Amino acid sequence: MATIFGINLFALFGQLLVGLINGSFYALLALGLAIIFGLLKIINFSHGALYMLGAFGAYLGLNYLGIDYWWALVLVPIAVGALGILLERTLIRPIANEDHLYSLLLTFGIALILQGLFTHWFGSSGMPYAIPEELKGGTRLPFMYLPDYRAWIIVFSLSVCAVTWYIIEKTKLGAYLRAGTENPQLMQAFGINVPLIVTLTYGFGVGLAGLAGVLAAPVYSVSPEMGSNILIVVFAIVVIGGMGSIGGAILTGLAMGVVEGLTKYFYPEASTTVIFLVMVLVLLTKPAGLFGKEA
Amino acid sequence: MKNKKLNLVLLGLALVAPFALYPVFLMKVLCFALFACAFNLLLGYAGLLSFGHAVFLGTGSYVTGYLMLTYSITPEIGILAGVGASALLGLVYGKLAVKREGIYFAMVTLALAQLAFFFYLQAPFTGGEDGLQGVPRGELFGFIDLNNNLTMYYFVLAVFLFGFLLIQRTIHSPFGQVMKAIRENEPRAISLGYKVNQYKLLAFVLSATLAGLAGSTKALVFQLSSLTDVHWFMSGEVVLMTLLGGMGTLWGPVLGAGTIVSMQNFLASSPLANYIHVVMGVVFILCVLTFRNGMVGELQKLIRKNF
Repeated sequence: MATIFGINLFALFGQLLVGLINGSFYALLALGLAIIFGLLKIINFSHGALYMLGAFGAYLGLNYLGIDYWWALVLVPIAVGALGILLERTLIRPIANEDHLYSLLLTFGIALILQGLFTHWFGSSGMPYAIPEELKGGTRLPFMYLPDYRAWIIVFSLSVCAVTWYIIEKTKLGAYLRAGTENPQLMQAFGINVPLIVTLTYGFGVGLAGLAGVLAAPVYSVSPEMGSNILIVVFAIVVIGGMGSIGGAILTGLAMGVVEGLTKYFYPEASTTVIFLVMVLVLLTKPAGLFGKEA
Repeated sequence: MKNKKLNLVLLGLALVAPFALYPVFLMKVLCFALFACAFNLLLGYAGLLSFGHAVFLGTGSYVTGYLMLTYSITPEIGILAGVGASALLGLVYGKLAVKREGIYFAMVTLALAQLAFFFYLQAPFTGGEDGLQGVPRGELFGFIDLNNNLTMYYFVLAVFLFGFLLIQRTIHSPFGQVMKAIRENEPRAISLGYKVNQYKLLAFVLSATLAGLAGSTKALVFQLSSLTDVHWFMSGEVVLMTLLGGMGTLWGPVLGAGTIVSMQNFLASSPLANYIHVVMGVVFILCVLTFRNGMVGELQKLIRKNF
């Protein structure tokens, strides 16, 4: 057993890995929330439910339609994104000009319906989803055993985050998006179809949630409550990071996952609450959030 | 004048109601009505959406439940302690939450409530998943036995009226006017020299205190304190009650609470029992899309238009 200063390195690295994986999911979800918030100025309360829907999409696809993991990784986010576009067009758009608290409540209602339906259909106990054949192995590193699938989650989700960051910060499409965040009326005056961009942005944001759901299916059990639990944590992360910066949302998500993992090793009793405690600390010292720009 | 008559009629109805309806059902309605009124004080009058208000209901419920179970104290002391604990928590959480505005305020309160949820889940005195069962109702002031449901009902009614009148008084006070001013135009209130955050904090503490009163009373009515009371779902429920009844109206939350509790009771014994969350989600969406003023709000609009 490798120990330094009484620290069991195997256990510590194990929890760090779990933390990085959780952090990858936090980053993906916080990113989606931040993108949607940027343009629509709403907090998407159904984000967790759509993440859950992504996991169920993978599960149902495999068991009923014969869609394997790799196809699910492509098809499910598109399907969830399409559902998001439908929701935006039919429900969220009509109240876009009302107080934003209403859209929060509306998306909360959507979350209740989705979670309620899936609880009724599948019960609240979780369902297993097998790790795809190609990623079943693992690598032995000096201080730990790294299962391939876990490495895949971290690499893949961080790549998705990086690509999204690049598109938003460095491309022309991203420039439209950022301009829409600053001043939608002016952009419309320049002849850009703002409502279309809004719809697509919402679809893309929730598509990311669906993608996170598919990624999560093999590591967490697929259950109707998986979404609401993670969403509240992601809200705290969004408060910590502030939603003004895309990169900030990604970094904060990942960092909080690591903090949670370390807490699991050093003081397991606080592992469920540590992120909320960090939020309290941030509120006390830097109320606008670590990357916040609001006045 | 007209309002006074209406209030007297309603009071009369409340006094004879337990002879026509099941008292425990009525007490449930009253507890939730008080909870919703407390919540409405914050959302409807100060314009602050707390998405974690269940934490104050639950704190009142747990503290009262624990003290009643462990020590042989009278219920009024138990309730006072529960209310005090909620007020204190309201002060701490309020101080943190008023640092952010709008939807951030909602997220902060939700996250803080989840923090407390995990605390109550792990703390040794809450009974974890089982909750505190068999909380004794005791004897009010040492000589009024509350185990009789009818006696208990009148006690709960008195508690509700106390809370309701306090809220009414608050809304019509100068403090209430400032609260409304902040809701309507915060920068303007600031420019007029009001220390906005202190007003918000006071509204938050008052609302938390009354939510705690509802929770403490509820613990005695059902003789149970459980995690349901602190769960985020309960926080959502009280938002729905207020929205459905009409936020920013005095009677809206009462009507909303009555409707939701009746609906849940009705659904529980119908084939739709498993769909309670779905139905509430649908009601949420319908309210937001078509019915933003709530039942009382729409009624007031109708009366103003036609009479």
